[in-house]
Amino acid sequence: MELVFNRPKVLADMTMSYCPGCGHGIAHRLIGEVIDELDVLDRTIAVCPVGCSVFLYEYLNCDAVSASHGRAPAVATGLKRCVPDGVVFTYQGDGDIAAIGTAEIIHAGTRGENITVVFINNTTYGMTGGQMAPTTLPGQESTTTPGGRNPLTAGYPVRVCEMMATLDGVCYASRVSVSSPANVARAKKSIKKAFQNQLDLKGLSIVEILSPCPTQWGMNPLDSIKHVDEVMAKYYPLGEIKSVG
Amino acid sequence: MKGNEALVHGAIAAQCRAFFGYPITPQNEVPEYMSKYLPGVGGTFVQAESEVAAINMVYGAASAGVRAMTSSSSPGIALKMEGISYLAGAQLPCVVANVQRGGPGLGNITASQADYFQAVKGGGHGDYKMLTVAPWSVQEMFELAVLAFDLSDRYRNPAMILSDAIIGQMLEPVTIPDKVETDIPPKPWATTGAKGRKPNIITSLFIAPSDLEKANLNIQAKYAAATCNEVRCQEFATDDAEVVLVAYGCTARICRTTMQIAREKGLKVGLLRPITLFPFPSRRLRELAIEGKRFLTVELSAGQMVEDVRLAVNGTSEVEFYGRMGGMVPTPDEILEVLSRNF
Repeated sequence: MELVFNRPKVLADMTMSYCPGCGHGIAHRLIGEVIDELDVLDRTIAVCPVGCSVFLYEYLNCDAVSASHGRAPAVATGLKRCVPDGVVFTYQGDGDIAAIGTAEIIHAGTRGENITVVFINNTTYGMTGGQMAPTTLPGQESTTTPGGRNPLTAGYPVRVCEMMATLDGVCYASRVSVSSPANVARAKKSIKKAFQNQLDLKGLSIVEILSPCPTQWGMNPLDSIKHVDEVMAKYYPLGEIKSVG
Repeated sequence: MKGNEALVHGAIAAQCRAFFGYPITPQNEVPEYMSKYLPGVGGTFVQAESEVAAINMVYGAASAGVRAMTSSSSPGIALKMEGISYLAGAQLPCVVANVQRGGPGLGNITASQADYFQAVKGGGHGDYKMLTVAPWSVQEMFELAVLAFDLSDRYRNPAMILSDAIIGQMLEPVTIPDKVETDIPPKPWATTGAKGRKPNIITSLFIAPSDLEKANLNIQAKYAAATCNEVRCQEFATDDAEVVLVAYGCTARICRTTMQIAREKGLKVGLLRPITLFPFPSRRLRELAIEGKRFLTVELSAGQMVEDVRLAVNGTSEVEFYGRMGGMVPTPDEILEVLSRNF
């Protein structure tokens, strides 16, 4: 019998700790498929963050280093500079990349570090219980914006990819979502390009994935997917924001 | 050459091949010379966006199995503490140099020894310590840089070179040996890509309390071994001394002069200079205390190392303290006066 669908080699055979309807599992799988297709498993080094995906290294069959909150791009810089043949990627949430680690991601971009950044935007601090994230939308309820985020007191959401696209060292910035089969296919294409750019020594590539968090949004998984398409994607438009060469 | 330059030569001789820094006085010569010399030996130099980023770059380079280093001065070292705790928790070797300046806060750029507690007691969160060496000359900036790398690799733990503005900025002749002995163990745990082996994971996360306790016990066992094997100190005329001065770094230089003047005056004064601050020469101090010797600890601080001297002596003998702060440096006469007042 012909095997037509299997787990990517880089994904370990174990149950992930994510909630039903969460986007992390799909994102992990897409990264796994890309690593398989590029045949770089034995060169890959993952830099894992703090947050819901803190156990990423347990789900991967590749070398992995866990970074402190927000510092993954700095850790990846040290790694990549010392292992130039390595395929180094960071996997970061919105609080990690756009609040505590803003300096690290911006400056990895300014230096044009030859790394791949996968950024999961679910507009909330999932692990710590649903506090306001830097990407929380105006009006969105969170445990620290009980009446909804009021930009006058809590500020505005940050569009990370648009910001990163302004930096000369960033060769690729793309926003995708995992809200439908078509979007998942587009997400994979972007992730593959972001890894291929690293192999081609083009500089820093970032892929932002709009990802549902039913638990902290207080929605069921289907409504969460609808929220990604109908609300999130309005504020965070999908597509390639920058692609050099 | 300057102390800070000797430190760079020592590190490179010890096969340091990655340096990540951020400007702060009085340590700027360290990143400057690193940027000049490291590329020539195939090393990596990055000027980071902050001290926080620099120590995390060190974490990445150390994960790759490369001898990696950062340097800073007191306020910048404070910023690195989170990262140093992660390095200790993940059992990664690295070297951090602190060319101490005055504090607290912005303080000033003159010499200080007020970061002793931060260096030897942990500094960041959790039960960890840094293996800490304290150079007292430009020559030792070179030599102890090599030792710091060897200790950090031997125990898979961050090592600190605790220097200060005087030792860092001072000009002295240095002898650089043709060949430097350094001991780099194999690093099968390094994350360089899992080619032909099982994947390596570097983390300080242990969710199960029993796992985290085990990890902590492992770290503490290393400190116990270092305490047995790595204590280094230097003694001057302690044999017949009635009073032993205890001082490290630049203060030990002043105390040596004090001791010489005191001896000329017929006073039986000796000097014990800890070279490693952690592990601390507690056993030797206790032996001297049991012999009936009394102690005067001199520091550029409000009294930090003196607490370890008192712990070592444990009430067996008398321990007095004299310190200056803010960049004020005691003269030998000043210390002589304290000696005559107290002993």
